[in-house]
Amino acid sequence: MITLSNFLLIGAGLFCIGIYIILSKRNAIQILIGIELIINSAILNLVAFGKYDKVNNAGQAFALFGIVLAAAAVAVALAIILNVYRQYKTIDPSKVEKLKG
Amino acid sequence: MNIDQILFCVMGFVALTSALLVAISNNLVRSLFMFFVTLFALAGLYVFALADFVAVTQVVIYVGGVLVLMLFAFMLSNKEVLNNLQQSNSKFISVGKLPAVLVAVLFAIVLINAILKAAPDTLQWVKASAQSNNIIKPTDNTINNIGINLMTRYLLPFEIISVLLMMTLIGAAHLARKEEHKL
Repeated sequence: MITLSNFLLIGAGLFCIGIYIILSKRNAIQILIGIELIINSAILNLVAFGKYDKVNNAGQAFALFGIVLAAAAVAVALAIILNVYRQYKTIDPSKVEKLKG
Repeated sequence: MNIDQILFCVMGFVALTSALLVAISNNLVRSLFMFFVTLFALAGLYVFALADFVAVTQVVIYVGGVLVLMLFAFMLSNKEVLNNLQQSNSKFISVGKLPAVLVAVLFAIVLINAILKAAPDTLQWVKASAQSNNIIKPTDNTINNIGINLMTRYLLPFEIISVLLMMTLIGAAHLARKEEHKL
């Protein structure tokens, strides 16, 4: 029997790895990967609880919304990263220190 | 142990290990492809939670869209970044990364404690829905129900998401355009 807490433990592990990636990496694309891992762990929790909601399907519907939001966030973030690269010739967030290009 | 439990364990192990490899590896391309593996394993876990439509959406949107977009961005930003990364400190735990490790481990302790204490399988509403037969069974066809719910109960979030996607489309196109007259 696969219990609910198995899903939640895997989601917690992914969340912590995502936090580690965000805090330790020096590359904007890798930080974006960390954010995606965190979003995916949230979606995993939604889906796991959505199993117990057959009539309203709240978990699965909001998991779909979450996937769409993550995709939109990635598109905008990558456009910003490309712009930053064009201005600074690097995508290390700690080297991008001026707000005005 | 059943075959589904073994498969679940394998999927969870693959997801966590490849996520850890994403964290460890300093090569950006390698970590991107490890992220690819993580996403596939997560899609498998969604199938185990009986959310097959979400799993298919995950494969289509993430693996087909997001990852290709990331590789594209990586190729547009150059290879000098990659060289810098490779000669940097490659140890998993070093002094500069200590705060990150500390925060991640503390979060892990808190979350695992919370999950084990909360005992989600004995929650009130979970038990109630299991009793009132409101639980998805492996033989159910859920896609019909998802479609109907998206168009009735969740119509407002659905419309808001569509407006947001429109905004994202315009915003990303505006941000990524070439500037003709730079200051």
